[in-house]
Amino acid sequence: MTIPPADHKRDNMRYHRPTTLEDAVSIAATASGLTRFLAGGTDVLVQMRSGMIIPDDLIDLKGIAGLREITTTAEGGWRIGVTISGAELGSHAGFRRDWPGVVEGMQLIGSTQVQGRATLTGNLCNGSPAADSVPGLVAAGATVEITGPNGAREMPVEEIPVGPGKTSLKTGEIISAITLPPRGDNGGDAYLRFIPRTEMDIAVVGCAVSLRVDGRTITEARVALGAVAPTVLLVREAADAIVGTTLDDDALAALAKAAAAACRPISDKRGTVEFRTDLAGVLARRTARIAYDRAIGVSK
Amino acid sequence: MSKIHVTTIINGDMAEFLADPRETLLDCLRDHLGRTGSKEGCGTGDCGACSVTLDGVLVCSCLVLGVEVEGHRIETIEGMANGSELHPLQRKFIEHAALQCGFCTPGILVAAKALLERNPDPAEEEVRYWLAGNLCRCTGYTKIVDAVMDAAAEMRGAA
Repeated sequence: MTIPPADHKRDNMRYHRPTTLEDAVSIAATASGLTRFLAGGTDVLVQMRSGMIIPDDLIDLKGIAGLREITTTAEGGWRIGVTISGAELGSHAGFRRDWPGVVEGMQLIGSTQVQGRATLTGNLCNGSPAADSVPGLVAAGATVEITGPNGAREMPVEEIPVGPGKTSLKTGEIISAITLPPRGDNGGDAYLRFIPRTEMDIAVVGCAVSLRVDGRTITEARVALGAVAPTVLLVREAADAIVGTTLDDDALAALAKAAAAACRPISDKRGTVEFRTDLAGVLARRTARIAYDRAIGVSK
Repeated sequence: MSKIHVTTIINGDMAEFLADPRETLLDCLRDHLGRTGSKEGCGTGDCGACSVTLDGVLVCSCLVLGVEVEGHRIETIEGMANGSELHPLQRKFIEHAALQCGFCTPGILVAAKALLERNPDPAEEEVRYWLAGNLCRCTGYTKIVDAVMDAAAEMRGAA
């Protein structure tokens, strides 16, 4: 935690409420001090209060019309505007039907009150390795649309966090939407996390699985783990362990082994390295089962 | 930076205030508008004592900046009773003794009202999950949950 410099008076933060993305980018690109974007504010306001981050320029994105919508893409996927809250995402029946695992992850964050404000993009850009909504997005193969001074570009979600609290976004760049690919037929996803109680805690380990079946056989899969490395991990070896199988006991054992092998956790008050590593395997098995049951149509 | 003029609707009435852009909605309600029913327990969105609704959505007013509510509609605990007639939730909290020190009570009442507007017949488990972000250090929650369930039953009967 950094102590704000003494000359950093409480009254010299500039609050901006642009109405277009271009204006927001231009303010961010020309700002000389510390800049933060404001969507739900459930991380930024806490950081401001603790003195951890005292922005010179705070750019509120909620005045920008195009960022407040959930729409379908031409390909049949989904485009989630960056100011959509967890509550709004969870009450969208169509999105929930396609990507229940993404919704599960988002809705595990905080309380009812926090759900009224917190956003997927905020959770991603906060850069926590334990961010509950990020493994689901990574497993789903979601991408982000980034708008910056040099135009727009797309990036996979897993390439945004580069370490605790750090992202690969450059000065003046804003995530303008998160895009989920078309769910397609015979697909399912799920997210599970372990916490020592039932609500309102930070993941000790989180795991998301998205897969597709042909009959009973898994034809494609993506497995993502949270809170076991400096960033959320996409674990290809874990996906490889179940593709081509019917998720039988051997496949589940291979999945658990591959998930545990990918872990590079720290020990802290929430769990030790050994516990987190073991837990990653356990959660991978359980999450894969839920995603599989959804894919073959025996549960929702 | 100079203060920003904010116009909003609080409990149905238009309200105006001047906010430093750093001030939270909770600061503005308490310090500029004299509405001290919303409490600051933690200031970091963990305790729910500052719960209000913003355009009908339950939020922690400590996690919203005052300048963000320009043109929006806020409901606070002060708008819950109808004059001197208490809201059924308020009455049931008294009947069930669902409070001790009372610091968390305004936030819990606002949160419970938001739940019952959305779901007039919640299961006990739904009440507990919905109120998970409202911390009470005195009661142990049982009487709070009982009061909410009882108020819901009465409100369904009266409708």
